[in-house]
Amino acid sequence: MDRRSVLRALGGALVAAVALPKMAWAAWSKEAFDANESTAAMENLFGTADVTSSEKVKLKAPEIAENGAVVPLEVSTDMNAEQIAIFIDKNPTPLAISATMGAGAAGLVKTRVRMGETSNVVAVVKSGGKLYSANQEVKVTIGGCGG
Amino acid sequence: MAKKTIRGKAKARNGMIDVKLLMKHPMETGLRKDKDGNKIPEHFIQTVTATNNGTVVFSTEFNTAVSKDPYLAFSYAGAKGDALNVSWADNTGATDSADIKVK
Repeated sequence: MDRRSVLRALGGALVAAVALPKMAWAAWSKEAFDANESTAAMENLFGTADVTSSEKVKLKAPEIAENGAVVPLEVSTDMNAEQIAIFIDKNPTPLAISATMGAGAAGLVKTRVRMGETSNVVAVVKSGGKLYSANQEVKVTIGGCGG
Repeated sequence: MAKKTIRGKAKARNGMIDVKLLMKHPMETGLRKDKDGNKIPEHFIQTVTATNNGTVVFSTEFNTAVSKDPYLAFSYAGAKGDALNVSWADNTGATDSADIKVK
């Protein structure tokens, strides 16, 4: 990559970072959810993909999911979480869910997701403007996408 | 929408309210095909918002990766008798909302 293309890429990221938060509230973050790669989805959602792996982020997921259509996931943290997002690296669109904590909400979200194949699952917690993550591989024996 | 699509339980304990929700929704991914090989269009919940006494306490955005009939659980500071309301909106513009009794 030469200097010019690096600058151009940076410029694009900046525009996305500035433009997104304005339309974020209550609206659906289309670009982030449509991104077909985890890093791109993260950049679209948070404005950066700069995450620190942290023990304070707890991700509960099965090691083996017999049915990829229903994989129970739980993300919790003791930190003062502003936002929690879950990325499934190998899904067609990795970003599965993004939760925003309102007044008095605990850093906790439980849900069930689909997984197309065995993949790394990444939980990202935004706290104090910084991103922290935890990840775990979930083995899928029957996929949950498509027929 | 005529039928109730949101079922939920909210329990107050130690100053926190634990909420569990089940929403009835097909959550079509847009990737599945019917018998004739036609793509079934996307149809999924995009946003879920919970308010307590009128203040937003928790909001989520779903992607198609969330399972059919989504389950969602969270927790926030509150007490028995608070007015919890949950609503969702899907990509076709359909919405539903429900008041859930905090026990």
